[in-house]
Amino acid sequence: MVASHLHPVASYDLEAHPAPTGREEVWRFTPLKRLRGLLDGGPSDGHLSWKHDTPDGVTFGRLSTEQAIALGAPAPMDRLAALAVAHGQGAALIEIPAEAVLDEPLVVRLTGDSADDLVWGHIVVKVGPYSKATLVFEHTGSARYASSVSVLLGDGAQLDLVSLQLWDDDAVHTGQISWRVGRDAKARSFQASLGGDLVRLVETAEYAGPGGEVEMRGLYFVEAGQHIEHRLFVDHNAPQTRSKVDYRGALQGEGARSVWIGNVLIRKVAEAIDTYESNRNLVLTDGAQAHSVPNLEIETGEIEGAGHASATGRFDDEQLFYLMSRGVPEPEARKLVVRGFFAELLNKLPAPEYADRLIAEIDEGLAKAGA
Amino acid sequence: MSVLEIRDLHVSVKTADEGLKPILDGVDLTVRAGETHAIMGPNGSGKSTLAYSIAGHPKYQVTSGSVTLDGEDVLAMSVDERARAGLFLAMQYPVEVPGVSVANFLRTAKTAIDGEAPKLRTWVKDLRGAMEQLGMDPKFTERNVNEGFSGGEKKRHEIVQLELLQPKLAVLDETDSGLDIDALRVVSGGINRVKATGRTGLLLITHYTRILRYVTPDHVHVFVGGRIVEEGGPELAEKLEETGYERYVAGAGPAKAGA
Repeated sequence: MVASHLHPVASYDLEAHPAPTGREEVWRFTPLKRLRGLLDGGPSDGHLSWKHDTPDGVTFGRLSTEQAIALGAPAPMDRLAALAVAHGQGAALIEIPAEAVLDEPLVVRLTGDSADDLVWGHIVVKVGPYSKATLVFEHTGSARYASSVSVLLGDGAQLDLVSLQLWDDDAVHTGQISWRVGRDAKARSFQASLGGDLVRLVETAEYAGPGGEVEMRGLYFVEAGQHIEHRLFVDHNAPQTRSKVDYRGALQGEGARSVWIGNVLIRKVAEAIDTYESNRNLVLTDGAQAHSVPNLEIETGEIEGAGHASATGRFDDEQLFYLMSRGVPEPEARKLVVRGFFAELLNKLPAPEYADRLIAEIDEGLAKAGA
Repeated sequence: MSVLEIRDLHVSVKTADEGLKPILDGVDLTVRAGETHAIMGPNGSGKSTLAYSIAGHPKYQVTSGSVTLDGEDVLAMSVDERARAGLFLAMQYPVEVPGVSVANFLRTAKTAIDGEAPKLRTWVKDLRGAMEQLGMDPKFTERNVNEGFSGGEKKRHEIVQLELLQPKLAVLDETDSGLDIDALRVVSGGINRVKATGRTGLLLITHYTRILRYVTPDHVHVFVGGRIVEEGGPELAEKLEETGYERYVAGAGPAKAGA
């Protein structure tokens, strides 16, 4: 049971997640029509194509839905994640054995054929105790995709999970990443949402014991007409746990919308924890809108630290003037400022080979606007 | 030999509530390469407006007059074109650019100004040399532009750029303000090195005579009410040191209200 008023009760039961009207707190920012039928979608055989290497020791397999649920990852926070599990026809399992150390990122390329395809995806990632790995989900192409990704992080394990939303313009991607973080384990998530018509992703983390660390980072670049929504929830349900959230987004063009919800709950048992969450938005043009809502609910005062920050600002014309006064043409100056805005975040990208690609995508978006 | 010519320049500032507010009221000035001019005036006289107008800041609108560099119409150029044409503005309050390293910034600027990327080997040496001459640890190249710099470090960084970019005409807007005596000496040393090349015209904008003890101007212009009200040699700066601006301000009449 989630005691917080910030979230509805998490559940696998579809009855617990009735179809929303759009007025509910967790739905009010989302343009429901643009979910294009996902909210009341039925079973479907649609799927994304999977491509990946299989490093030594890593196994790819299947679980029944019941087996997947029994593993004990946090349950769906909303109807879309619940539907992804209900219609997923079992779960894809990625298992990294105990004490394995993967030298290279394990890249899973998920590609959709058409925005008309309705795809339900249920993925379970089991990370054995004291193992260390980087897992990349690279989403391209198009689909109407609702996913449930459960990550079970063993004691002392570390997983860097990179989820790249590089969809075509007409894709819809929703769902949830759910972490259960073992004792002294490190969960590090990096999401980049650049493509798609609508992206609405929930990410939630809870701890299976003390000493766990959660870092959630994300960047988004929202172009005209796009809706990008990230809803984060860290449930400090164990003592001496840590969390750090840093999301940054840039928006440009008419109808560009971003939503960032950062919820942190510090339960009574969660003494000596430390949490900080931050969201920064850079609004590049008129007509773009960034919503940013940090929430912190504290049930014990016996903590090391808890804070949050949210800042949304216009593009700084003085920075542009300064760079241009040194001879740098305006389009290049804009690129420098926007890259600078994301630089600190990109330096922390666990699979640095993707940084150039993300920068190139952002540059391309900037060029499209014609500066 | 490069020459900047300002003729009967009228400039207004764009304000949110009052629309255009006139600041410059007919400025005439000629600065040649190798010359050092000091523009001295009280707060609110329009000195900084002159600096920003030459650089092309969008907040200021030229309502009449002309500015040319070697006969080319500066006012028709965008901000970056002006810089590439050879103009440089050392700012009173240099801007912080988060996430952009000094090394990247300076190399990008040098490449833009020269039209080609500097040769890596000489560039690293030149950059290090320019920083050391201004008493800046070369480690500053790894930091973000002006972020967390002290006031003095920001000003040194401006003069590093002045030396590296080698403009035809540099406007130094209150470069002396906020500098302690040691920093003032170091910064003045940089300005004097540029002066000694004889290739750059310098326009020093200042409220105080302090910096003019280290950088000797060829010409001093007293700036009040948006225009030049008196001109002379270095001795004029000494006179101002004793008498201040009061008699000019009193004499400026109605223009003072708009300044």
